[in-house]
Amino acid sequence: MKAPFLATAAKILTGASVRWVDCQPDTRQRVYFANHTSHLDTVVLWAALPKEIRDLTRPAAARDYWEAGRLRLYLATKVFNAVLIDRSHVTRQNNPLDLVLGAMGERYSLILFPEGTRNPGPEVGEFKCGLYYLGKSRPDLELVPVYVENLNRILPKGEFLPVPLLSCISFGPPIRVMDNEPKPAFLQRARAAVCALRRP
Amino acid sequence: MRPIVDQQTIWLMGGVLGLLILATGVGLVLDGKVTSESARATVENLNARIRAWWVMCAVFSVGLLIAGPGPVVLFGLVSFLALREFITLTPTRLGDHRSLFWVFFVITPLQYVLVGLKWYGLFSTMIPIYAFLLIPTRSAIAGDHEHFLERTAEIQWGLMVCVYCVSHAPALLSLRIPGYEGQNARLLFFLVLVVQISDVLQYIWGKLLGKRKIAPHISPNKTWEGFLGGLGCATLIGTSLWWATPFTPWQAAGMSLAVTLMGFAGGLTMSAIKRDHGVKDYGTLIRGHGGVLDRIDSICFAAPVFFHATRFLLGISP
Repeated sequence: MKAPFLATAAKILTGASVRWVDCQPDTRQRVYFANHTSHLDTVVLWAALPKEIRDLTRPAAARDYWEAGRLRLYLATKVFNAVLIDRSHVTRQNNPLDLVLGAMGERYSLILFPEGTRNPGPEVGEFKCGLYYLGKSRPDLELVPVYVENLNRILPKGEFLPVPLLSCISFGPPIRVMDNEPKPAFLQRARAAVCALRRP
Repeated sequence: MRPIVDQQTIWLMGGVLGLLILATGVGLVLDGKVTSESARATVENLNARIRAWWVMCAVFSVGLLIAGPGPVVLFGLVSFLALREFITLTPTRLGDHRSLFWVFFVITPLQYVLVGLKWYGLFSTMIPIYAFLLIPTRSAIAGDHEHFLERTAEIQWGLMVCVYCVSHAPALLSLRIPGYEGQNARLLFFLVLVVQISDVLQYIWGKLLGKRKIAPHISPNKTWEGFLGGLGCATLIGTSLWWATPFTPWQAAGMSLAVTLMGFAGGLTMSAIKRDHGVKDYGTLIRGHGGVLDRIDSICFAAPVFFHATRFLLGISP
């Protein structure tokens, strides 16, 4: 009940237009990987998905941010059904990859920001390797590049009041990790796939 | 008690309804007739525009009929949406963030509150003076000097066109016109009707006869044939509606001509900005038309001129 309301509110606030470029909405298991510029990225990307897909999609989110404060925790656990990841104490026991794979199971798709942290501008930073290992361990997953535009202007890093400009969420054609593809080559390719969705 | 809608307003609204029905019928006939690929695209766009007109007329009528704050709230929302499209295309920087927050959430609503309060002395000076001085100050405090004047000027320009100018349309309701008390909503209706019908007529004349382009690098669809045909017809229509306004027929003719010319100027100017930013439309909210700002560009330029010309012509003091 609250989730559709929040999704609509997020779309109105950010004036989000959604483009599917050589890619169709589908409920099959996917990893949506996007550039990260704002705290709004998670909620707007999640809201941009059609409802039946959104219900089957869990964002991977930083535990330190989403557990700070009751509202955030409520949103993360009760509304987005987020997979909370420890950024600071990564050990063999709480390996984020196993955690994410377990949370996805055979049912859920994932929203991932491979840059790991927010980037202040429209440029896309270097990708961390999680996406590569995900694609390696589950070759059946479709890896869908997403470019979120203008959210860095709507709620920039370091600001707490949003300005209601128009954003655009572009979904691109899925990629996979190819056989014998070296990690840096794949991460470069994935990053290029996100950048390619930028409008001229 | 005065009824919400008087007889003359019903006539005006009935006329608009008739036009919409006629346009829808013509659209259907054209849709059955076209064969070539390019003509089909034109007719599809035409029908999308007609459908959007139904919605826009419905929204405008409801806004007008809600006595009291209706028109002010309606135009306030339109300004907000237009400004949003304008600033999205403007290359602002992080240092403008707080200024923009003021622009969207304080200055824009305040302008419409002042219009609603009929506070002429302040709503006509707030943006050109106070906002004009506040915005660069706030951006300067943020400490980013790169392209400072461009950024500040563009924000101020957006505020002037999308908020200040547009707010002069509902401000017509604040005019005290002797012998026309309680009927100002019709004056607003008249302005919007003449400006928008002039846009439509310029489009139709341009599609039918358009050959000589006025400014091909800025707006390839604007032709002398469309401009003159639309100008003439819209002025005739405006003149023939003098009975709904406080004007004499000659005054109505002059006012119609003035707002039609201003509307044309608005369309052309806003196109120049779009070309500079490399886009065709300001937004995607209204199917067939583009964004809100694409639809109201003519109102932006026509409203303040109409407001002040009315004050001058009828000898109104604040």
